[in-house]
Amino acid sequence: MAAHGNPTGWRRWVYSTNHKDIGVMYLWFAFIAGMIGFGMSGLMRMELAEPGVQFLPSFLGITEDHARHMFNVLTTGHGLIMVFFMVMPALIGGFGNYFVPLMIGAPDMAFPRMNNVSFWLMPPAFILLLLSTMVEGAAGMNGFGGGWTAYAPLSTIGHPGPSMDLAIFSLHVAGASSIMGAINYITTIFNMRAPGMTIHKMPLFAWSILITAFLLVLSLPVLAGAITMLLTDRNFGTTFYNPAGGGDPILYQHLFWFFGHPEVYIMILPAFGIVSHIVSTFSKKPIFGYLGMAYAMAAIGFIGFVVWAHHMYTVGLDVDTKAYFVAATMVIAVPTGVKIFSWIATMWGGSIKFEVPMLYAIAFILLFTVGGVTGVVLSNAGADIVLHDTYYVVAHFHYVLSLGAVFGIFAGMYYWIGKMSGKQYPQFLSKLQFWITFIGVNTIFFPQHFLGLQGMPRRYVDYPDAFAYYNKISSIGYEITAVGVLLFIVVMAKTLFFTKKTVADNQWGEGATTLEWTLSSPPPFHQFNELPHIK
Amino acid sequence: MIVKRLFAGIVAAVAAAFGFAATALADAAEHMPVDGGHWLVPAANEQAQRIDDFHIMLMWIITVITIFVFVLMFWVMFRYRAKANPVPSKTSHNTIIEFVWTVVPILILVVIGFTSLPLLYYQDVVPETEFAVRVTGNQWNWTYSYPDHDGIEFTSVVVPDSAFVNASERAEYEAALTGFLGKPAKLNARLLDADTRLVVPANTKVKVQLTASDVIHAWTVPAFGVKLDAVPGRLNETWFEADKPGTYYGQCSELCGKDHAFMPIVVEVMTKEDFAKWVEHAKAEYADAGTTALGR
Repeated sequence: MAAHGNPTGWRRWVYSTNHKDIGVMYLWFAFIAGMIGFGMSGLMRMELAEPGVQFLPSFLGITEDHARHMFNVLTTGHGLIMVFFMVMPALIGGFGNYFVPLMIGAPDMAFPRMNNVSFWLMPPAFILLLLSTMVEGAAGMNGFGGGWTAYAPLSTIGHPGPSMDLAIFSLHVAGASSIMGAINYITTIFNMRAPGMTIHKMPLFAWSILITAFLLVLSLPVLAGAITMLLTDRNFGTTFYNPAGGGDPILYQHLFWFFGHPEVYIMILPAFGIVSHIVSTFSKKPIFGYLGMAYAMAAIGFIGFVVWAHHMYTVGLDVDTKAYFVAATMVIAVPTGVKIFSWIATMWGGSIKFEVPMLYAIAFILLFTVGGVTGVVLSNAGADIVLHDTYYVVAHFHYVLSLGAVFGIFAGMYYWIGKMSGKQYPQFLSKLQFWITFIGVNTIFFPQHFLGLQGMPRRYVDYPDAFAYYNKISSIGYEITAVGVLLFIVVMAKTLFFTKKTVADNQWGEGATTLEWTLSSPPPFHQFNELPHIK
Repeated sequence: MIVKRLFAGIVAAVAAAFGFAATALADAAEHMPVDGGHWLVPAANEQAQRIDDFHIMLMWIITVITIFVFVLMFWVMFRYRAKANPVPSKTSHNTIIEFVWTVVPILILVVIGFTSLPLLYYQDVVPETEFAVRVTGNQWNWTYSYPDHDGIEFTSVVVPDSAFVNASERAEYEAALTGFLGKPAKLNARLLDADTRLVVPANTKVKVQLTASDVIHAWTVPAFGVKLDAVPGRLNETWFEADKPGTYYGQCSELCGKDHAFMPIVVEVMTKEDFAKWVEHAKAEYADAGTTALGR
């Protein structure tokens, strides 16, 4: 029977129903989108390097007035791209697709053809978003500049042009893709685990993807509803968010953050899973408190649904409502603390090797701690009054996402590139890449805490001269990071195109105990034709 | 508070390491951001002072936790490196330690909560105030009106950059501002100064009623510990009481479009006598303009 032959050429990719091929396509997609998103942040940092609006007008050849709007388009694009088209495709679509079936001993995903649809919805969604920057948004100017949160009425009457409509469609399509992916993961993980692999023996990365998938299924429809109402407010005369017709702009914020807060856990939970594997592997120890780790993620996911209004402390909520959200938000620190301490306890008594993935994992734990504790500060509505919508918030969420989730992606790439390609990364260059990136991102984001405390509001194209010093430092940090990112491209190109396949089945030795390490590197096109049995 | 001074000292030391004199902390006369500053702008009233105190407590807690995690991590990295410890242990459970690291954070959070919630209620429950000002956010300026003072109403627009380059333009703006306030006034900072200012008396509780005419804006004065969104179709309320006369600055804190960075908030605090004089003068000039989104 030729029905299960290996397709070649473009058919292999476009028609692909193979979870590993789809995972690889997701990773490439995330890489391309990430470069665009990273470039956008570069334009912003160059503009903010000095007071005044000078870089964007000269670089893009536009008027200063237009540059003010263009800056907002860049913040919006950077946010949406990094969230929906970089972190999610890399962690969930990429590593999730590639490694969940391998880890649970399954031959493929439960719905391979739906998996193909999930991936192939992403490029059109991304193209819609890019197109939105090229058509009219605010009156007379191209692009939507209302932030990734797209608060009404700035996203309705504030941007009459079709740009916002394209952005809404982009999120609809990306959301549909993610929901299909999530359904696929839930089905796969519940039904296709190898004999003997009970849910309490399942690797933590599979746990993290399972919980993430539930968050996606429960939160994305709310976003879809919220932005559909935006669409009808904009085009069909409804007034869901328009007070003139009995609507309420705050309703949009409630709906958005009911999605938006779980979304941030959607981005970080898979990174938690990856870091757990890496810490365990390079400490040569089983993960400490496995059940606690798994249920801490479940708890974070659950609590993530009941804390949304801590993004809205200044909208004029009732004081008792705020008091509830303060208390609920602070509770998240408990399971997060359990995870941090369990990772350290896993290393305790271990025999630790500082390979590049381990460097990234350790940096993740330390920097996530920094981002976590500033989160505790912000959770207090009383203190948030002076910090809300300042650079303190920008620093906080980049510590947990840019230095958290993105370090999780880097860690995963170095950990699994040998397994995925059969080729090993160059040691020295990779370590150099880690250190440059580590120094760079901290130089960008740590000074932003100071700017925020001093009161610099976020999403500002120009700032009073009193904020000049740390903005300059932050922009220098970006340049260092850019070297790190370029070096990452060099490292990956060298690995993939200039290295021979030499990687053993289990390159990391006795510490790496999950099923993907029992397969060849790279794994066969179809694996586990005979299901493995777990003791 | 010894603890507070100690912490300020540490921050100052860090600041010095960065090559800065600890101006951000020492300069209590000016309630404005300082280049290279590391801390909240100095408080100008009790609200901001309470936030500052609470924030210092939080800083202590999170700094200790962060240092604890870092030291623990570095010690583990050193002690259990493969060379020093070639044979890993097999331990993967310890009920007592897992219990401890769950319960201790809960206790810390309870302590934070017992400080945090009283502060929240203090800020959020508007006390008896002497009069109200209505603030309307527009793309991209602020309209201030005084419903309790014959409906004085005027709009506050950012002073353009050119006034900080061109001396004669600057003199024009300063002259206009001096006329507006009825006392000598200077421009202090690019992007923070506006052509008019919200004028309020010192040692007086003032109610702030906020709304917006187009999209959402946010009105804030960090030195007063106040920040609240101006939302179209809503009337949000907050309050503040300034301790002493002076000029206080803030900037729009909710993305509102192209000129979001160009609609500063300036509050001029006067003595009660000066304020009474200003009101008389302003009534003649600005009473019953009636152009806010709310109407009157």
